[in-house]
Amino acid sequence: MKYLDEYRDKEKTELLIEQIEKKVTRPWSLMEICGGQTHSIMKSGLDQLLPPEINLIHGPGCPVCVTPLELIDKAISLASMPEIIFCSYGDMLRVPGSVGNLFSVRAAGGDVRIIYSPLDALRIAKNNPEKEVIFFGIGFETTAPANAMAVFQAKTQGVENFSILVSHVTVPPAIRAILESPEVNVDGFLAAGHVCAVMGYWEYEPIAKKYQTPIVVTGFEPVDLARGILNCIQLLEEGKIGVENAYPRYVQQQGNLEAQKLIKSVFEICDRKWRGIGNIPMSGYRLNEDYEKFDAERKFSGIQEIQTNESSVCISGEILQGIKKPDECSEFGSRCTPEFPIGATMVSDEGACAAYFRYGRMKLSRTNF
Amino acid sequence: MANKLNLENWVCPLPLKNYPTVVMGHGSGGKMMNDLIQHLFLPAYNNKSLNQMGDSAVLNLSGLGEGAGRLAFSTDSFVVSPLFFPGGNIGELAVHGTVNDLAMVGAKPLFLSVGYILEEGLPMETLGKITESLANACELAGVQMVTGDTKVVHKGQGDGIYINTSGIGLIPGNIDIGPTLAKVGDAVIVNGTMGDHGMAVLSVREGFEFESVIESDTAALNGLVDTILEVTKDVHCLRDATRGGMVAALNEIANSSNIGIEFDEDLVPVNPAVHSACEFLGLDPFYVANEGKMIVIVPEEQAGSVIEVMRQHPLGKNAVQIGRIVEDHPKMVLAKTGIGGMRIVDWPTGELLPRIC
Repeated sequence: MKYLDEYRDKEKTELLIEQIEKKVTRPWSLMEICGGQTHSIMKSGLDQLLPPEINLIHGPGCPVCVTPLELIDKAISLASMPEIIFCSYGDMLRVPGSVGNLFSVRAAGGDVRIIYSPLDALRIAKNNPEKEVIFFGIGFETTAPANAMAVFQAKTQGVENFSILVSHVTVPPAIRAILESPEVNVDGFLAAGHVCAVMGYWEYEPIAKKYQTPIVVTGFEPVDLARGILNCIQLLEEGKIGVENAYPRYVQQQGNLEAQKLIKSVFEICDRKWRGIGNIPMSGYRLNEDYEKFDAERKFSGIQEIQTNESSVCISGEILQGIKKPDECSEFGSRCTPEFPIGATMVSDEGACAAYFRYGRMKLSRTNF
Repeated sequence: MANKLNLENWVCPLPLKNYPTVVMGHGSGGKMMNDLIQHLFLPAYNNKSLNQMGDSAVLNLSGLGEGAGRLAFSTDSFVVSPLFFPGGNIGELAVHGTVNDLAMVGAKPLFLSVGYILEEGLPMETLGKITESLANACELAGVQMVTGDTKVVHKGQGDGIYINTSGIGLIPGNIDIGPTLAKVGDAVIVNGTMGDHGMAVLSVREGFEFESVIESDTAALNGLVDTILEVTKDVHCLRDATRGGMVAALNEIANSSNIGIEFDEDLVPVNPAVHSACEFLGLDPFYVANEGKMIVIVPEEQAGSVIEVMRQHPLGKNAVQIGRIVEDHPKMVLAKTGIGGMRIVDWPTGELLPRIC
């Protein structure tokens, strides 16, 4: 498939790995921010091909994983109400709340639908004027423009039976929180290419400078990832600090200005809880005053009051910050599996624990066919 | 087939024409149900055993082949939505599913039963078209529909139509095929592209409009199995890669036979449109359902001739060896990735897609 196969090319990847091997002189810990990158690394087996000096730490960039338990409980409450159609991306249905998940709401007769775009939820709202349609608006800056567009269109078209349960989070405050944590030891970051396609990478420049840590905008295919790692290692080995763009085919420094404008017109910045990590100030979006009637938390009574504490067993917070690896958890692969996840990092295919479980559960020996 | 229904411009035979849709009475056991049987099902499936209309079909197994020692018996239920999808419908799916289950143990499929669960309000025309498809699929697969049952549920308690089929086949005496019989060193072969059925069904669901039409691969595999068995009786395992796709089938074999399986991702055929659609939706074609694809496990030395004969069959044109059975990592399936890494290819977890078969 064009635009994909060339970035999964074996020879190109090998060439980049050779360059990494030549460049690296000491151990480095790099954090890939995004769960999509973690998934791709594990699925392609890129981690096994890298020199042992390079330690990849899997970052907090999986929206399913960082959506707090409290929001899941709110989603379950909303979806259980009568005359509601609750729309969500598929992965969110399996995320365990305090009691049950969205699948169990559906099994109990709730109308919970899997959709692939928030605009589909808006269409469902228009087709079902007698019902209230709620979309579970999760994600980073990547999904924010589409979610903003759905709300913007709902307002413009006067669709009053549509609202979203917003759980948006943003990357730069998370990077800052990770770099300020005394336990975390990250030498360089691979920033998430799609987030930067929307937001650009100007926001990262002051962070790189302040914390003296290089940040490289990186894509998702093996060749993209190898290139991002190479750039980051080059910066580290040469003692340079700064932000580099290893994903220029999609990302420009200023980002997508139209998308940013839309986000700004619909959302405002707020504090946000991250599952397993806790509250990070100014790390999320919520609907601003002009759009508050589309905010499901404010529209339906009793939802804002729901408060939940996280499980004490799950170490997903430490995993999301790169303090521990999934297989260092006592529950990993025994009590906690993708089928029966305890924590959210085991739920999504992009979650570090699920990716570890699926693709790297055992030490693989090279086998020739 | 005698009295073949013409459903091109389907005109419901009397007295069904008075009922453009299925009503509760069609499952009542009374006159209306009898009308349905007499005017729709019997003409469609027409055969001696069925026409006797006993409570059970009485089957004559004599003269069905030398050395035929063992019976194979299987059942499968079909709840696909939508009922009609590119490349097929629930009717042929219901025949292929059970025929393939029989073929996967090397049996010659002979007799099927069909159980319909109809939802009140189902257009009679739809039932007619689906029954016609079942009948055609039986004819093509060389099996007879010898007994059946109909129930009607209230509107809202079903999804138009659910179908169960069960089937009986005979296994020739010199054939021993089963999921526990894979041996270290065996070749792992597939008969074609993976993921077509699942993506065909998904593509016609609300909200998905792909530019190119992806067609289901639904097909009866017994003919292809026959051609393989003509070349060698030394086939260790056959497995149709239905729900859970190729990955589920490989994991089942690895578990049952207590061996490891390794395959090369790049060797597995995937239709480019399916590949694109999967990338777009974040799905892995190796996990997506097929209805006319199977895993064939034979001793390595037989692989060449088996693939050759498979490729001459219309359902095996893209047959290829994708990997082999290994001693390491028993009960696990590993894939060599496109960039030369290795990864575990684990069982699919719960079903995130809406039901597809």
